[in-house]
Amino acid sequence: MGTAYTPGLKVSPGTVIRKQRRLPLKGKVLVDVGDRVAADTVVARTDIPGIIQTVKVAEILGLEPQEAIAALQVKEGDEVVAGQVFAETKSFFGLFKSECKTPFTGTVELISNATGHVGVRLPSKPVEVTAYVNGVVAEVMEDEGVVVETYGALVQGIFGVGGERMGKLTMGVSSAGAMLTADCISSEHAGAVIVGGAGVDLAGLRKAASVGAQGVVVGAIVDTDLVGYLGHDIGVAITGHEDIPTTLILTEGFGSIAMAARTFDLLKSLEGRDVSINGATQIRAGVIRPEIIAPLDAKPDQVAEWAQGQILDIGTHIRVIREPYFGRLGEVTKLPPELVEVESGAVVRILEAQLDGGETVVVPRANVEIIEG
Amino acid sequence: MADINSILATDCGSTTTKAILIEKQGDEYRLVVRGEAPTTVEAPFDDVTVGVVNAVREVEELAGRRILDDAGHIIIRDAEGADGVDMYLSTSSAGGGLQMTVAGVVKAMSAESAERAALGAGAIIIDVIAVDDGRKDYEKVKRIRELRPDMILCSGGTDGGTVKHLVELAEMLVSADPKPRLGIGLRLPVIYAGNKDAREPVKEVLDDRVDLRIVDNLRPTLDRENLDPAREAIHELFLQHVMQQAPGYGKLSDWVSSGIMSTPNAVGKIIQTVAEQMRINVLAADIGGATTDVFSVFEGTYNRTVSANLGMSYSICNVLAEAGTSGIARWAPFDVDEAGLRNTLRNKMIRPTTIPQSLRDLRIEQAVSREALRLAFEHHKTLARSLKGVQTVRTVGEIMDQKETGATLVDLMNLDMIIGSGGVLSHAPRRTEAAYMMLDAYQPEGVTMLAVDSIFMMPQLGVLSTVQPEAAAQVFERDCLIKLGSVIAPVGKMKPGEIACSVNIDGAVHNVPFGSLKLVPLSVGEVREVTIRPGGKMDVGAGRGRELTTKIEGGAVGVIIDCRGRPLALPDSAPARIEKLREWHAALGLEVE
Repeated sequence: MGTAYTPGLKVSPGTVIRKQRRLPLKGKVLVDVGDRVAADTVVARTDIPGIIQTVKVAEILGLEPQEAIAALQVKEGDEVVAGQVFAETKSFFGLFKSECKTPFTGTVELISNATGHVGVRLPSKPVEVTAYVNGVVAEVMEDEGVVVETYGALVQGIFGVGGERMGKLTMGVSSAGAMLTADCISSEHAGAVIVGGAGVDLAGLRKAASVGAQGVVVGAIVDTDLVGYLGHDIGVAITGHEDIPTTLILTEGFGSIAMAARTFDLLKSLEGRDVSINGATQIRAGVIRPEIIAPLDAKPDQVAEWAQGQILDIGTHIRVIREPYFGRLGEVTKLPPELVEVESGAVVRILEAQLDGGETVVVPRANVEIIEG
Repeated sequence: MADINSILATDCGSTTTKAILIEKQGDEYRLVVRGEAPTTVEAPFDDVTVGVVNAVREVEELAGRRILDDAGHIIIRDAEGADGVDMYLSTSSAGGGLQMTVAGVVKAMSAESAERAALGAGAIIIDVIAVDDGRKDYEKVKRIRELRPDMILCSGGTDGGTVKHLVELAEMLVSADPKPRLGIGLRLPVIYAGNKDAREPVKEVLDDRVDLRIVDNLRPTLDRENLDPAREAIHELFLQHVMQQAPGYGKLSDWVSSGIMSTPNAVGKIIQTVAEQMRINVLAADIGGATTDVFSVFEGTYNRTVSANLGMSYSICNVLAEAGTSGIARWAPFDVDEAGLRNTLRNKMIRPTTIPQSLRDLRIEQAVSREALRLAFEHHKTLARSLKGVQTVRTVGEIMDQKETGATLVDLMNLDMIIGSGGVLSHAPRRTEAAYMMLDAYQPEGVTMLAVDSIFMMPQLGVLSTVQPEAAAQVFERDCLIKLGSVIAPVGKMKPGEIACSVNIDGAVHNVPFGSLKLVPLSVGEVREVTIRPGGKMDVGAGRGRELTTKIEGGAVGVIIDCRGRPLALPDSAPARIEKLREWHAALGLEVE
């Protein structure tokens, strides 16, 4: 036994999925525990208060702060409209008058004696949270949101871009090793989540976006194609907020890597189903992985616990995830316990594996991940 | 406190949790064994203590004795106990660190002092707001809202100075109505460390709206900084608010014998101790997966910066974005396919715990590290500087040197030691590689000692130094600090091939031509007095063209005479550059691929 890289990614044909749907600020929850909700049902709503705009009354009227406050014609809590006279002063026996008008519509929230400034809070903006997946409200967090529970298939990717989307899952290629190219995509894919195999190129992504596909799920992408699609480079692996028409989820990595057979076969079995996807990824503490969720019709009486199966043993099927054998599949043949020096000079725990081409190689254990046979 | 004979200390990094066991052997404390395991703050574990237990289990196996009880808890032994340890300590940087916004009145003065205070307390600065930062009020308000910092440090005005601007800053915070990143419904902690005369009016504006703490002014007069009260308040709030939110920290807090310390704080502590005890100027870097921290002590002034998005795994693609593929490829002693390089680095980002198997892959990773270290150092130089706005009486010499207030404190010619820490330096398969990376990234000038943290344990020793300073000092000196050897690097430029410096070591004269490197064997602990004769107008510390008699010391690598010139210029054309890099690798006894 030993340690393989464990991204902890779930690929499950049937599991209980709970999604927390939370408002950014406290607000109103619109559903009750037990309610059936669709992915696009609004479950909670709030108003995000507008920002406060400062009107520098003292400076505008050329007065000391205390004098400016004395000249005010509004008090805290008053509603004001743009153009309304805020403060007025008369001088020279009332012959000359200077006035200060508010350029903003909103509510007077702050009157500062120290500065002679008045803060006007702009009108609030409504924010809604949807259920995201078809399911049942399992829990209500008072004033904050809900937990939606569903039974369904769950596939977690390793990296994604773009936010939450819903669509019908459609296979774009027939094998896990095939590339999703522009030729595979047509207007019939409008609103769909298209599954490719080993990867998608830039033209394919642009075609998917142009026909109105909601998402693309593939094994890998060449980095320059991703940058081309986004229009900018990605520095830190915190994604999900990109302004892109089609969410992209990678199940394996960068370059050209066939989608794991188990993942591909599971997605194929879900063809035609409504799925919810999210490309949001955060590869740091509090990790977030992109996901594809396909709610299923009936939950069996007993749901098998999802087994990670992350124990390395003789015969375990692995994929090498680093050069010089990057992307190659194989089977573990030896697990020597002692530390071994590899070519780079690093002294590490290794394994021996027979790769799919027949050759036997030595690989650091940290550089493989376990895949289903 | 009873006799402390056995100490266990862990550091929970963003990628790896490291555990060390220190024991008293005779009269001195020594490192016994070290274990490590992946950090477990994410699914499926969501509990930092799982990684701690895994790392301690490795320590148990290697030390051949029991430290964990059957329930997987660390045994703190009583007087007669054979199992367990006498003390358990921990540091942590997992959980995303402390993210702060700092605000001040004048960007180059109070806001900059606030920035230094926050960085020194171990924070990552996500925005610096100042009355004169050029942004409109509504833009600042929008920014505060979007960023959702863990806390805000508000400063400005010397004591007795402006009140109005501070009230304006407070009003702006009210406008933004900021919410903390963690914990919906909680009030955002705000530390006020500005003009004491503005405390009451600021309190009036902020008191009911945020969790306000008032501490002494961090810039009471223009020529004085008083950063410690603000730093202490930050640290206290960090422990109360932020660390508690990270999965498993509550449990870990119950296990430790003394408070959990943030990793950068702990490293800063040990660096300051080294500088003080050895009376030297020190520069240190801790390059991690997500961030690179840089610490310096020049003439007793301590500075720390964190480059939050420069690191070797999670943040590796940010190094790529900042340096560009050509910036990284320029350090590789072979042709690099740029598209392939991008894919390789992206794959490292998404699978951060993989390690280089081939020599070529290692050279690429070390090329990235040079850029990460260099960029973080550039950042450090801009913040580690003298106070701006201070009126000083300058000598004619200083005027000629164009020294001014606000100049960087980092003076490479007067730097005595560079200490490298973090996986890529501490675990470099060959110590020469660590020296070479630091040489390229920092380009030390004159005579400088290079050192590494042997197995990456400065954080643990930092926290230990707060409770057992003697044990920390002994282990640091004997087991942690590995001296690699002195570097002699003349500053200036000459024609290639001309002798840039001559050094007589043990009767052998080493004439090193410009554009080349030479490694002279000299073992650990060997000290020699040498006379260095610079060629032409080169400067080794005594002035241009002047010879210098000084002491040099050997180390795990030896003495490196670096006559590649300062600033180091690589040939523009790829074939010429590769040829030069291969020559330098060979001079240091390193293979290329």
